[in-house]
Amino acid sequence: MVRVRILQLSFVCAAIAALELLCRVGIIDRFTMIPPSEMAGALTRVIATAPWFWPDVTYTLGNLAAAIGLSVLGGFLIGVVVHAIPRLRRVLDPILTSYYAVPTFVLYPLLIVFFGIGPTSLIVLGALFGIVAMIVATVTAIDRVPRVLLKVARVSRLGAVRTALLMKLPAASPHLMTGLRLAVAYSVIGIIAGEFILSTEGIGRRVALAYNNFDNQTMYALLVLILAFAIALNAALGAFEQALHRRWYRS
Amino acid sequence: MTARARVLDYALLVVGLWLAWVFMFRWAGPEALSPPGATLQRVGEYLTSAQFWPHAAATGIAFAYACVIALVGGLLLGLALGTNRLAGQVGEPILSSLYSIPKITLYPVILLVFGLGVSAKVAFGALHGIFPVALFAIGALRNTSPVLIKTARVLRLAPVETARTVLLPAALPEIVTGLRIGFSATLLGTLIGELFASDQGLGFMLIRAMEAHKVLDIVALTLLLFAFAAIANGLLLVVERRVHRR
Repeated sequence: MVRVRILQLSFVCAAIAALELLCRVGIIDRFTMIPPSEMAGALTRVIATAPWFWPDVTYTLGNLAAAIGLSVLGGFLIGVVVHAIPRLRRVLDPILTSYYAVPTFVLYPLLIVFFGIGPTSLIVLGALFGIVAMIVATVTAIDRVPRVLLKVARVSRLGAVRTALLMKLPAASPHLMTGLRLAVAYSVIGIIAGEFILSTEGIGRRVALAYNNFDNQTMYALLVLILAFAIALNAALGAFEQALHRRWYRS
Repeated sequence: MTARARVLDYALLVVGLWLAWVFMFRWAGPEALSPPGATLQRVGEYLTSAQFWPHAAATGIAFAYACVIALVGGLLLGLALGTNRLAGQVGEPILSSLYSIPKITLYPVILLVFGLGVSAKVAFGALHGIFPVALFAIGALRNTSPVLIKTARVLRLAPVETARTVLLPAALPEIVTGLRIGFSATLLGTLIGELFASDQGLGFMLIRAMEAHKVLDIVALTLLLFAFAAIANGLLLVVERRVHRR
């Protein structure tokens, strides 16, 4: 495992070094991309000096937290209801399977009219993007609760609530975790993309502004920041998910 | 489930969506949403108008290029990383992080590299589609039963033969799932590409309608795109379920 990590790290480093070289030699010109080392320098400069940096980061993270909360909780509750009513599940099935196939972003202008330009549209957008992944994961998770556990619950005369809390929830948790990870990833995409297109504040908006102003330094600095954040979040949740899976299948 | 019950399910879905639309229209008013009947009429006008088809063709061509790049590239990448254990362990987390990043932020980079025009759209579409295809192929190949691989080795099949006669058939169902998801993601990427930097295509029509606040046009185009994506996805799903059942 250590060897794999080392190889991964060296691969990423080699890719960055190659990019640096291509930029320095001039094969990639400065108007297209600045060398990675300059991106890092620009990022520290932006963090240290730009007055909008912390307010915009707080704005984005706050919206993101709200969107994730809504999509995970809402998706879980809707998933439980959909699973409990087979008819509803069959009727909704086409929507659930083709939801991520349709370009949802074309609904942006509609959301603006409903909720106005501001945090509410962004949060709704992020939540809408994430919620279906959570619904689908919840339904599958409850499907996969082993029959034998439910029988044990019945033999032990557990009530419906205690069956749900003591048996179903722990057994379903690895799959719920998969849903959570997807919902978080989709919410991040929804929030950042929403800011990019329709917001007046936030980090996504700053990228679009920097691009429009030909401010490559700021743009690449923020891109590096967003990519690093998304990758770190995904990796952390992925590690947590794997730990949960391991624990469950070992016991 | 009988065919009749299925038809009833679809009917319920359509009625439910229609009602939801009518209620939303009541709530939001005509400056936000157009009523269902008029929108369908507009869709009909689009489908019979002469201006619509060149835009649809432009989108179709860009989408076709992007699809070929994403599907073929993703499959090759997936095969390379899926058949070599170490390469897979090293490469898969990198690919899955790339898949999870908000790719729209890379749009300015794509524009700077490829300039305005078809190639930027194609590149952006392919960028969206290539990762799911590769990830599903890797997963499928890694989960191939070891017995099959051992059998191939016992029979002394050459690597190409092993891939053709053992690995691909065994991994096909998952690969098809990846192709379906890659197809949808590529369509999404191509349309986003058209939305921002293009002078033709359906995405361009949409952004022009947005700028002019033509609600009826926006909703009709949205409906068209949704219908196209959902129908294509449904057809691929039928193929996928058939392959999975075998």
